[in-house]
Amino acid sequence: MTGNHDPRSTAVPDSTLGTAIRARVPNAVLMLYILFLLLPLYWMLKMSLQPNSEIVGSFTLFPATITFDNYVKIFTDASWYTGYLNSIYYVGLNTIISLLVALPAAYAFSRYRFMGDKHLFFWLLTNRMAPPAVFLLPFFQLYQSVGLFDTHLAVALAHTLFNVPLAVWILEGFMSGVPKEMDETAYLDGYSWPRFFVKIFLPLISAGVGVTAFFCFMFSWVELLLARTLTSTAAKPIAATMTRTVSASGMDWGLLAAAGVLTLIPGALVIWFVRNHIAKGFALGRV
Amino acid sequence: MGKTYYPKAWLMVLPVVAIVSFSAIVPLMTVINYSVQDIFGPESRYFVGMEWFREILSDPDILGAFRRQFLFSFAVLAIEIPLGIAIALCMPRKGPWVSVLLILLALPLLVPWNVVGTIWQIFARPDIGLAGITINGLGIDYNYTGDSIDAWVTVLAMDVWHWTSLAVLLCYAGLQAIPDAYYQAARIDGASRWAIFRYIELPKMRGVLMIAILLRFMDSFKIFAEPFVLTGGGPGTSTTFLSQYLTTMAVGQFDLGPAAAFSLIYFLVILLVSYVFYQVINNLGKGVG
Amino acid sequence: MAKIELRNLAHSYGGNPSGPEDYALRRMDHVWEDGGAYALLGPSGCGKTTLLNIISGLVQPSEGQVLFDGQEVNALPTERRNVAQVFQFPVLYDTMSVYDNLAFPLRNRRVPEDRVRERVEEIATMLDLGDVLKRRAVNLGADAKQKISVGRGLVRSDVAAVLFDEPLTVIDPHLKWRLRRKLKEIHERLKLTLVYVTHDQTEALTFADRIVVMSEGEVVQLGTPQELFERPAHTFVGYFIGSPGMNFLDCELDGDAAVVDGHRIPLSDEVLTASREAEGRLEIGVRPEFLELTGESGDGLPVEVQFVEDRGTHRLVKARAANNELFVKLRDDQPVPGDRARLRFPPEWTLLYADSRLVR
Repeated sequence: MTGNHDPRSTAVPDSTLGTAIRARVPNAVLMLYILFLLLPLYWMLKMSLQPNSEIVGSFTLFPATITFDNYVKIFTDASWYTGYLNSIYYVGLNTIISLLVALPAAYAFSRYRFMGDKHLFFWLLTNRMAPPAVFLLPFFQLYQSVGLFDTHLAVALAHTLFNVPLAVWILEGFMSGVPKEMDETAYLDGYSWPRFFVKIFLPLISAGVGVTAFFCFMFSWVELLLARTLTSTAAKPIAATMTRTVSASGMDWGLLAAAGVLTLIPGALVIWFVRNHIAKGFALGRV
Repeated sequence: MGKTYYPKAWLMVLPVVAIVSFSAIVPLMTVINYSVQDIFGPESRYFVGMEWFREILSDPDILGAFRRQFLFSFAVLAIEIPLGIAIALCMPRKGPWVSVLLILLALPLLVPWNVVGTIWQIFARPDIGLAGITINGLGIDYNYTGDSIDAWVTVLAMDVWHWTSLAVLLCYAGLQAIPDAYYQAARIDGASRWAIFRYIELPKMRGVLMIAILLRFMDSFKIFAEPFVLTGGGPGTSTTFLSQYLTTMAVGQFDLGPAAAFSLIYFLVILLVSYVFYQVINNLGKGVG
Repeated sequence: MAKIELRNLAHSYGGNPSGPEDYALRRMDHVWEDGGAYALLGPSGCGKTTLLNIISGLVQPSEGQVLFDGQEVNALPTERRNVAQVFQFPVLYDTMSVYDNLAFPLRNRRVPEDRVRERVEEIATMLDLGDVLKRRAVNLGADAKQKISVGRGLVRSDVAAVLFDEPLTVIDPHLKWRLRRKLKEIHERLKLTLVYVTHDQTEALTFADRIVVMSEGEVVQLGTPQELFERPAHTFVGYFIGSPGMNFLDCELDGDAAVVDGHRIPLSDEVLTASREAEGRLEIGVRPEFLELTGESGDGLPVEVQFVEDRGTHRLVKARAANNELFVKLRDDQPVPGDRARLRFPPEWTLLYADSRLVR
């Protein structure tokens, strides 16, 4: 049960001016930071609506000539939107797989001791530590040898290499924040383990699940090297278009910017969908 | 109150181990294999032992890049982690603005990394970019293509712009997971706002901070696309980070043997430092009991 | 010390309540005497935690007043109210030792260090925490942690009331009674007002001098365990207290008796006098402990015995009479009846309820 005020607010301070300043500072800092984030994004949006000549030719705060040519070029390019869809598919697949395998593992790491647990936990993260360049060829060879080359599953699987460890680490952290006694109390109250896990435990770590889902999506979405290496035509991701913007006449800034703007949308949707999980907070309700 | 000893827990972990090992083991073996060979072609390979390792560890350019890289990663950590905590603390816990803020925070993370570099390339230009023009307009002489310090600052600013949101989101989620009862008890105990931060919020964020620190260290140490697109490594080699050397070696010069050895050294360095971070942060929380 | 008074108190979380369903707490007037041990008993969602939070100041009531020793404290924030609250799970400062945890509330109020040591050691001894003072609080078991939570409330010498919100929830069942005993000990030593929220009647009955039974935002009865047992003011109290709860049978009034399925059940004079004004749905209520089971040829309501369960200290009989099911508790020395028997309702223990409220 929360109070009528922010639970973080403390005793009545002595000076009202002090209170006023103290309340304003966080907001000011937040606003400044958001402004900092928005400016380059705005610049990208602006560039997407300008012809290349204008982008490099002059400095304008607002586009002098607004053109949708860049967007038109993208939307009429079949390979672009199939690439988009391909990416959404394997990224979605990866997020689901990662979450599903990571949840039980995180629970095990959080609640139990078993042989090699500490080393295994750290080993998981080591899979994120190697620089990718040299591994591309071996990856290509591996996935081709199992017949998965140029499939969405290939990319989804390959991405689990770095997403699953991340998911396990984040989820384990949040699970460890729930006192073990809760599991036992619910068990005594007659809940079967699956029901306990889904109805009681998961809601308690919803912030962790939300963040994990978003990060898995994000890291997979922006990973272009492996995605390009493991696909050719059937599952080609947006990566191909992202790098196809240098032509004889130089860099196509506007096109790249437009593509950049469009790639923001799926991720923004994902975080919008999990926003309630991240912002829900921990309400230890009646068990 | 510790963890229960339960050997069967391995079953819960098995899917993770299987799925990660599938992509991890064979490629790693392949790379280790390459690293001790001199490869001229598919048919002609010669075992050279530790020669590549020795060569790389004595290459002054590479060692210089290592130094540069460490400096960069620590600068990144020093800025992004405290900033991430601060912003997470400033964010409202509930209300209509939360959704908007979360989306805005997420946007920089979603931009493909080469596009990040491209945008900043224009954004920071002293002639046509908003940042470039504003800074020069304030009287500061700023040109990231000509001046090393300016280039460094720009690359740092770009990384802070790109990745701080990661720390913010993690810390915010971590804060949300703190039950209200802790804040209520703190009020009853008469704790000041600072005491609440120090004794409740910061300790309870240890988990997410560990992840944020490790992730940012690892990823910043491997950084390639953004600075490469922005500065190309210049001016000179002032912003040539480690990955650039590796990529040139692996892709441009097609020297698989040395590239493989380089990758392994690279990997081991990251592993070592990460392990140190991991142990230190874990033990900060334990103490004598 | 604190005498806590609630005047015209009601609470709605929404803000613009239109009907009784919008209220988490319905209007109530109550006085809680200084030094008493009270239990707030009721099922989940009945409003007991809301009430607790209103007393402690974590929630401000939308209507009415809260008074401590005659002074209105509605606007007074929690930290100025001299109350301590213990939550469902241990709330500790993980990075601190047990000693520092207990000292924290005093240090925040700038109490001199030697006084702090005195107080902390006193409370620690009282709670049997004396030998773990130097240890990190986070490493102890759940029951020790809850004791620390309680201790933090007790260290402040100006604490007038300690409020407990289902504090034994995460304690091992075999340790619960120890903690309960300890809390009772503390009550006897320090003579503080204690308010204890629980949904477990055993806890309430063993802990409190007086119990406040709540249901759906309303205080249904306030009384001693005995009063609640012998004269429940509401059928809800009858159901909730006792294991199993009270038996209820629909009836009609006819002269000097209640009529259940055509059978006459005599009522005491007291009940008869009060029943003159009775309106609405009528029920009689008798506890399984008081019903008398006699052989088939006796006088009383004819019933069919469905099963007899041996519960160790007594036997539980489930009997059926037409549309009603009844429970009867038999002591070991009382004979077990056959398939058919008769049930006698002693008038002194038979109560009448109109629209669920006790007729008196």
